[in-house]
Amino acid sequence: MKKLRVLIVDDSSVMRKIVERSLRQAGIEIGEVAEASNGAEALAEVQKAPFDLILSDINMPAMDGLEFLRNLANIESAKSVPVVMITTEGSEARVVEALSVGAKGYIRKPFTPEQVKERISPLVGGAL
Amino acid sequence: MSSTMNHAIHMPIKPDPHWKGILECAAMEVFSMMAGVELTEFPGSVEDRHAEQTAMVGLAGALCGMVTIRCATPTAGKLATLMLRTDGGSTPSMMGDALGELCNMVAGNFKSKVTTLADHCMLSVPTVIWGEDYVLQTVLPHEGFEVVLSFEGEPLWFTLVIHI
Repeated sequence: MKKLRVLIVDDSSVMRKIVERSLRQAGIEIGEVAEASNGAEALAEVQKAPFDLILSDINMPAMDGLEFLRNLANIESAKSVPVVMITTEGSEARVVEALSVGAKGYIRKPFTPEQVKERISPLVGGAL
Repeated sequence: MSSTMNHAIHMPIKPDPHWKGILECAAMEVFSMMAGVELTEFPGSVEDRHAEQTAMVGLAGALCGMVTIRCATPTAGKLATLMLRTDGGSTPSMMGDALGELCNMVAGNFKSKVTTLADHCMLSVPTVIWGEDYVLQTVLPHEGFEVVLSFEGEPLWFTLVIHI
C-alpha cells in the first residue's frame, strides 16, 4: 500500500505535530511528512518534491493559507494535490473563499482524529 | 480588505451576558479535544495565585477586543506536554506555542458559537507574554469578563475584553 507524502503548513509547531498525530490515529497511511510554518515556506517545499496531500492553516504570518492556495494553483505539478484547510476560523465566508481558490475541504480546530478521517478519507482513498 | 470585513465594520455587535457561559464552554471543549484535559470550575479564591504566562488573540471587525488565557508556568508546561504527548517535558518555546494555539482555538470556538460573530469578526495570530509585571492598557472604553477554571487544581484564567 502506498504511503502518502504529506505537507503540513501551520505557524505553530505544536499544531503541526498534533495534525501529524491525528492523521496517524485516523488510520491514514502516511510516510514522509514535511513541515512549513507559512505559505511561502510551503511553496518552497512543493517546488522541491511532489506531495500526495497538503494540510494548511489559514491564518498565518508572512503568507496566509489563502495566498498559498492562490500561488499553488500556478504550479503545474501541484495542481492535482488535494489541499485541506485546518483553521480556527468559524467564518463561512473564509471557508468558501478557501474552497473557491482550490481547497478540497476544511477541518475546524479543535478537531478529533475521527473528524480528520471523515474529511481526509474521501481524498486519499487508497491510503487507508 | 474583504467585503466581509467591510460589512462587519459597519455592523458592531453588542456584548451579550450569555457570552461568559459560551466562553467557558468553548474553553472546556478545546482543552478536552486538543489536550485531553477536563477543566472544572475553580474552587475557592485565586487571590494568591500567580500567572506568569499570558496568551492573547485579538478580535477585529464587528467585535473588537481580545481573548486571553493566563496560567502559571508549570501549568503551561504540563499543557504543552499533554498536547504533544511527550514524556520529556517542554521547552519555553513549546509552552508559548501551545498556550498561544489553545488561546487561538478558544477564541475561534467562542466566535463560531456566537452565530452573529462567525462571519463578521476576524482573529489575529496569537501573542504570548512571559512574566506578570505588565499592564494591558487600551485607549478605547471597554468591558469584559473573566472565567476561572481548574486544571489539576491549578487555575486558568480566560478573559474576553471587548472595546465598546
